[in-house]
Amino acid sequence: MDLSIFLIQCLNAVQYGLLLFLVASGLTLIFGVMGVINLAHGSFYMIGAYMAFALSPIVQSTVGGGFFVTLLFGLVLSALLGYVLEWAFFSYLYERDHLQQVLMTYGLILVFEELRSILVGNDVHGVKVPDWLAGTVQLGDVMTYPVYRLFISAVCIGIAALLYYLIARTRLGMMVRAGASNREMVTSLGINIKRLYRMVFAAGVVLAALAGMLAAPMSSVYPGMGNHVLIICFVVVVIGGIGSIRGAFLAAMLVGFVDTFGKVLFAEAAGVAVYVLMAAILLYKPEGLFKQG
Amino acid sequence: MQKISMRTLPLLIAVVLLAVFPMFGDSYYSGLVIKIMIYAVFALSLELLVGTTGLVCFGHAAFFGIAAYVAALLTPQSGPAPLLMLLPAALLITALYALVTGALSLRTRGIYFIMVTLAFSQMAYFVFHDTKIGKGSDGIYLYFKPVLEIGGWMPFDLDNGNTFYFFTLACLIFTYAFLAMLLNSRFGKALAGIRVNEQRMRAAGFSTFPYKLTAFVISGTLAGLAGFLFALKDGFVNPELLSWHQSGAVLLMIILGGLGSLRGAVLGAIIFTLMQELFQSEEIFGSFASHWNLTLGLAIIFLVATLPKGVIGLPAQLSARFGKGASHV
Repeated sequence: MDLSIFLIQCLNAVQYGLLLFLVASGLTLIFGVMGVINLAHGSFYMIGAYMAFALSPIVQSTVGGGFFVTLLFGLVLSALLGYVLEWAFFSYLYERDHLQQVLMTYGLILVFEELRSILVGNDVHGVKVPDWLAGTVQLGDVMTYPVYRLFISAVCIGIAALLYYLIARTRLGMMVRAGASNREMVTSLGINIKRLYRMVFAAGVVLAALAGMLAAPMSSVYPGMGNHVLIICFVVVVIGGIGSIRGAFLAAMLVGFVDTFGKVLFAEAAGVAVYVLMAAILLYKPEGLFKQG
Repeated sequence: MQKISMRTLPLLIAVVLLAVFPMFGDSYYSGLVIKIMIYAVFALSLELLVGTTGLVCFGHAAFFGIAAYVAALLTPQSGPAPLLMLLPAALLITALYALVTGALSLRTRGIYFIMVTLAFSQMAYFVFHDTKIGKGSDGIYLYFKPVLEIGGWMPFDLDNGNTFYFFTLACLIFTYAFLAMLLNSRFGKALAGIRVNEQRMRAAGFSTFPYKLTAFVISGTLAGLAGFLFALKDGFVNPELLSWHQSGAVLLMIILGGLGSLRGAVLGAIIFTLMQELFQSEEIFGSFASHWNLTLGLAIIFLVATLPKGVIGLPAQLSARFGKGASHV
C-alpha cells in the first residue's frame, strides 16, 4: 500500500470512528446511568440525518441561513424529542427487565421507521455540503482529501473533549456518575434524579442526532441507515465495556480502523471483520476493555 | 391420572384440530397454518434458552437461516436431494455453529450475552449477504423438495398435496414432546436451577457451563429444524432470514405468549403471525395496510406494556386485579 493511500485511509478510519463514538457515547451513557438497553438509539441517528435533509428547505425559506442554522434547529428539536420521549415512554422502562426493554424499544424502531416512510418517503436523498467546506485539501502530489471530513473529525473531537470535561470535572458530571452507581443514595441526598435522567437521555438523543446530521452530507440519507449504525454501535459499546465513555471512545477508534482497513484489504469479508474483532476481544476480556465498576 | 388428562386434553384437541384442518381450509389458510407451525417450532427452541435457562439469545435467526441455507445449497439444481441426507446435514451444520458460537458467547453473561449473540448472528448475516456463497443479497431458489426413499420404497412425497403440512405438524409435535420430556428430566431441572440461581447450582456441585452449552446447542439445532422447514415451504432463502429483525420477532413471540411455558411459546407464535397477517390485510386496514410496521410496532409496545407475563399469564393477571379476596388458591 502506498503511503499516501495509507494516510488517507487512516484519516477515514479516524473520522468514521469519531462519528461512531458520538452515537455510541449516548448509548453507553443511557445504559450506564439508567440501565436501559435502547435499541431505538439508531433511530435517533436516522432522525438526525433526515432532519438535515428535510429541515434545510424549511429553515431556508423561513429564517434564512444554511447548513449551520439547520444544524442548530435540528439540535434543539432533537433535545426536545429526547426530553418528551423520556417523559412519555422511557421513564416507564427503568423498572422493567432488560428483555422487555429490548422488545419495547424494538417496537419503537418499527414506529420510527414507518413514520419516516410516511413523512419523507423511502427514497435515497443527498444533502449538500456547505460551500465553504466543499473543497479539498492537497495531500502529497496527486491525492486530495475532502475538507468536510476533516471538519467532522474536528467537531467530534471537540465534543468528545467536552463530554470528558463534563463528566469528569463538573458538578453535573459528578451527579451523573453518582446516579449511575446508586440511585437511592443520590435521591436521598436531595438530587432530583428524574430530572437528571431526563437530561442524560436528551443528551444521548442529541449526540446521536448530531452524528446523523453531520453524516448526512457525506453518506446521503437512506432508509435503514439507523439500524446499521445501531448494531455497529452495540459492538462498540460491548467492546469498550458497557457504561464506560472512555471505553466507547477507544472501541470506536478500533472499530473505525478495523472496518476501514478491512474494506481496503479484504473487500469480500469487510462486514465480518468487526464482529471477529469483537469475538476476539470478548474471549480475552468477557466484559469489555473498560468495565464500569 | 385425571390430573394428567386435564393438562393434556387441550393439547390433544389442538393436535386433532390441526390434523383435520387441511380437509376444510383452502390452500391460503393451510399455508398460513404451516407458517405458524414453523414459527412455533422456532419459538419453542428459543423458549428452552430464554424461558427455561434464563439466557437471552438475541441471535436466534442465525440458526434458522443457516439451516435454511444449507438446505438450499445442498439441493442440486437438477433434482431433489434425499431427505435422509439433507435434514441431518442441515441440523449437523447448525449444531456445529451453535457449539462454536455458544462456547464463545457463554463466557459472557447478562446484557453482554444478549449483545454477543446479536453480533454473532450479524456476522453470519454478513457472510451470506456480502459473499458469493449464497448469491449475496439476492438469495437462492430451492426448486425441489427433498424425497424420502429407502431402498426404492417411498413412504411419502413432500410435494404431494398436504404431505408437507403433515410433515411440519409432525415436526412440531416432535419438538414439543421432546422439550416437554427434556424439561421434566434431571437435565431440565438443572437448567431451571441455573436460571433461578446459577451461583447456588455451582455450589451444589453442578458444573454449569456444560449444561448451558448443551442447552444452547439443542436450542440452536431445533431452530435449525424450523429454518429447514421454512426453506422447503417457500423454496427460497435470502439473508433476511438471518437478520436481527427475525431474532427480535422470535423473542417477541415467546414474550407475548408468556415466558416459562411451552404452551406460551406456541401461543406467541400464533398471535404474532396472525397479527402480522392482520395488519398487512388491505381488507381491514385499507391503504394503511402498507404501513403495517407502524401498527405492529404500536401493538408490540402496547402488549409488552400491559402484559408483562404474556398472554399465558393473562388469567392470573386478571384474577389478581379483579378477583381480590376471591379464591386465589
